[in-house]
Amino acid sequence: MKGRYKVALVLLVAAFGIGVLATLVHGHTIAVLQPKGPVARQELNLMILAVSLMLIVVLPVFALTIGIAWRYRATNTKAAYTPDWDRKRSLEILWWAIPGAIISVLAVVTWVSSHALDPYKPLSSTTPQMTIQVVAMDWKWLFIYPNSDIATVNFVEFPRNTPVDFNITSDAPMNSFWLPQLGGQIYAMPGMSTQLHLLAYGDGSYNGMSANISGVGFSGMTFVAKSVSNADFTSWVNSVQMKNHPLNASGYAQLAVPSSYNARAYYSSVESGLYDGIIMKYMVPGAADPDVNMSVMPSMSGSSMAGMK
Amino acid sequence: MSDLLGKLSWKAAIPADLITLGAAIGMVLIVVVIAAALLYFKKWKWLWKTWLTSLDPKKIGVMYLVVAFIMLLRGISDVVLIRAQQSVSVGASHGFMSPSMFQQVFSAHGTIMIFFVAMGFMFALFNLVIPLQIGSRDVAFPFMNSASFWLFVCGAVLINLSLVIGQFSGAGWLAYPPLSEIAYSPSVGVDYWIWGLQIAGIGSLLSGINFVVTILKMRAPGMTMMKMPMFTWSSLGALALVIFAFPILTVTVTLLYLDRTFGMHFFTAGGGGNMMMYVNLIWAWGHPEVYILILPAFGVFSEIVPTFASKRLFGYFSMVLAIWAIVFLSFTVWLHHFFTMGAGADVNAFFGIMTMIIAIPTGVKIFNWLFTMYRGRIRFNTPMFWFLGFVACFTVGGMAGVLLAIPPADFQLHNSLFLVAHFHTMIVSGVLFGMFAGVTYWFPKVFGFRLNERLGRYAFWFWITGFLTAFIPLYILGLMGATRRMDHYSASLGWQGLFIVAAIGVALVCIGIGFQILQLVYSIWKRDEYRDTTGDPWDARTLEWSTTSPAPFYNFAVIPEVTSRDPFWEAKKAGTAHDKPAAYHDIWLPKNSGMGIYISGFAFLVGFGAIWHILWMAVIGFLGVIVCIIIRTQDDDSEYVVTAAEVEKIEKEARKRFA
Repeated sequence: MKGRYKVALVLLVAAFGIGVLATLVHGHTIAVLQPKGPVARQELNLMILAVSLMLIVVLPVFALTIGIAWRYRATNTKAAYTPDWDRKRSLEILWWAIPGAIISVLAVVTWVSSHALDPYKPLSSTTPQMTIQVVAMDWKWLFIYPNSDIATVNFVEFPRNTPVDFNITSDAPMNSFWLPQLGGQIYAMPGMSTQLHLLAYGDGSYNGMSANISGVGFSGMTFVAKSVSNADFTSWVNSVQMKNHPLNASGYAQLAVPSSYNARAYYSSVESGLYDGIIMKYMVPGAADPDVNMSVMPSMSGSSMAGMK
Repeated sequence: MSDLLGKLSWKAAIPADLITLGAAIGMVLIVVVIAAALLYFKKWKWLWKTWLTSLDPKKIGVMYLVVAFIMLLRGISDVVLIRAQQSVSVGASHGFMSPSMFQQVFSAHGTIMIFFVAMGFMFALFNLVIPLQIGSRDVAFPFMNSASFWLFVCGAVLINLSLVIGQFSGAGWLAYPPLSEIAYSPSVGVDYWIWGLQIAGIGSLLSGINFVVTILKMRAPGMTMMKMPMFTWSSLGALALVIFAFPILTVTVTLLYLDRTFGMHFFTAGGGGNMMMYVNLIWAWGHPEVYILILPAFGVFSEIVPTFASKRLFGYFSMVLAIWAIVFLSFTVWLHHFFTMGAGADVNAFFGIMTMIIAIPTGVKIFNWLFTMYRGRIRFNTPMFWFLGFVACFTVGGMAGVLLAIPPADFQLHNSLFLVAHFHTMIVSGVLFGMFAGVTYWFPKVFGFRLNERLGRYAFWFWITGFLTAFIPLYILGLMGATRRMDHYSASLGWQGLFIVAAIGVALVCIGIGFQILQLVYSIWKRDEYRDTTGDPWDARTLEWSTTSPAPFYNFAVIPEVTSRDPFWEAKKAGTAHDKPAAYHDIWLPKNSGMGIYISGFAFLVGFGAIWHILWMAVIGFLGVIVCIIIRTQDDDSEYVVTAAEVEKIEKEARKRFA
């Protein structure tokens, strides 16, 4: 086969491949590329900026590779051949300097964006932020609304354009709380509380998941986040409060039994201090073995916990 | 009786599902058939004497190659299962594997590919190439080299034994606690993982020490550090990392074992344990490990490009500087594996920036290779195909890597299939392509004949097409929100088609591997036709090509004197490459020793006893290892002499071909 036909064949296969991939992706959500909130938006912009900067080096590398490999092929005896030419200081300085310059720019971008998009940093907004406590369990997500005194499983709803302060812990192995269309992820770890601030621009439903393996039920550990208007949110909270399905000690013990692909559940009230109790049960002496404690309700000395915050 | 066997019982040992049982029976059958064939053809003694007990680094290198290739087949079988499951386990269907089995399969895949394939190929090349390249007859500690290899085999055997007796870890290739703690992983799986790594890791550490001393102390006269071939330089960088990084692994998995077995609380969820400490420690080893793998591959390309471009390596000093910059920086970036653990912005930004800085020396190396080709006369043999494939893929993977190094971007990409695609791009197109290029390149030096070019090119094209087909969908899936390690996902997400494309990619890679096997078999069949009579089939530049192919067991009849970089190229130019030496001398070489195998056998007892809590077995194993070492140290008669007359006779025979 002639060289020309080989090139044509490679291009044809590549075009076919791109066509197949485009068809497969068409009509489905590319979560990271379709942000629905300011955090995910800025994270995407950051990626676009970084890729553009890197292409300044990468594209010439591709061009050089193809150009040099073609021109200096052994059969091309017309090309120059300098077998002992092995250094040129100016060139070497150049390719320490060019990637160096681009990485310097990226370093500044990294420093600034790491601080701007620190997941612990509250989002600036005229609307006061709302706190939702998140507990990764074997293998479902428990969401506690401390202000409304309700809780949900594998479903979380909040008003649009309101900054949400997710406080995250785990009553199970390490998980990672990820809501790609709203931005970022953060680990959920037993005995610790991590934080993630997110906001949704408009109404919508977004898929969330655990991104870190936590055991056999891990793949079923997905949830849906829904952003709605203030009025809809208030009426939703009221409807949950009406359900007469409290999350008390025995209810929590039941929930803590490992299970996966759980249906959504709604609790009309939550025993006070539950979130802090879940964290503290890993911290108190004698509570060493999570095996033993998993079935036991965390000690909820609500007042003392509240004092620790 | 039950006390004597610890946790081991029929119930605990027998595989729980049919696929594992089938694989286990298959594996046992293969072992039995090979053993029987050896017995039938009366080859046991030959195998024992010429291979298993040999202290010749070239033979140890070949044995590393064999083990690494077998492990590659195991690792790729795991991939087939993973992608098959993910292609069908969608919506109402949960595929053909239980989540538990699926998790064991991907944990085994990662562990095997890193520790026994990538590391195996790497140590194979160290053994095959470094002594020859620096003009030495042997490594610094030939017996320790054999012991290292057999400890590596012991680790591989333990990992694969988990398929037959008990089960493997399902906690991922790095076994993060608390999932890997006894509370959440009560089976012996994690213990298999711990002891497989522990024993192989000690072997790697010993090898690291061995080759660093070899490179520092055993170079031919005149070969100053700045005249060393670039593969040796790169290997020295990697080996320095081995020495500093592997003790961290040893300690970390030991602490995990203490947690699991003796109820301690280094990393447990409660009791004052800190899982974040484990994550820090394992990556303080794990990130240097990445560079341990990639640096030798860089070294391979630094040999191949000048050889096939018939031109000096461009920017030698820059290359050395770049290697050591990478070595140093690789210890300052580990936190980028867990930006999402909630460290503050200052810490995340620092580690992000340090990570990006590594792109600079790496970029320099790529430019230097390109300018080595510039104004050269490039011959496109198979190794050059692997090189060009490497440049194309590695650059893209590197871009993804810099992207992941920006903490806020990482929050969106971490633990997704985008991340999986990134590091596979680096390890497949970087490490594996590099090792394939290296094996093809040095094959004639080791075996005395070349590999078929056409089949090699077919293998390359299937590998690279398959690789792209397998991983481009993964980049997209990651952006769509698909996380790694899922055994099932919802149909409404629209991911299935992409997973199927990825599975087709795996099939293409398997065809590529098929062509590699075919290439090997065909080349052995046609070996007389492909015989390398010159010792220098590629018109190469470094000392290993100055001796005959296959290299004689003493490497060099007379240790060469080195006055320049590319000493063999310069000698060819001056017409002195094959001058007859003035005189031959007696050569002292190490005798064979089976002690490495015995040590490995006792180490196996330690591992197996520790895994199943069989105390007496572990104690016997431990004492056995100590006794073997003592016996070996008492053996003063460990070398034999090849007299000057014998050397002359062998050389005379070999030199006839140069005439």
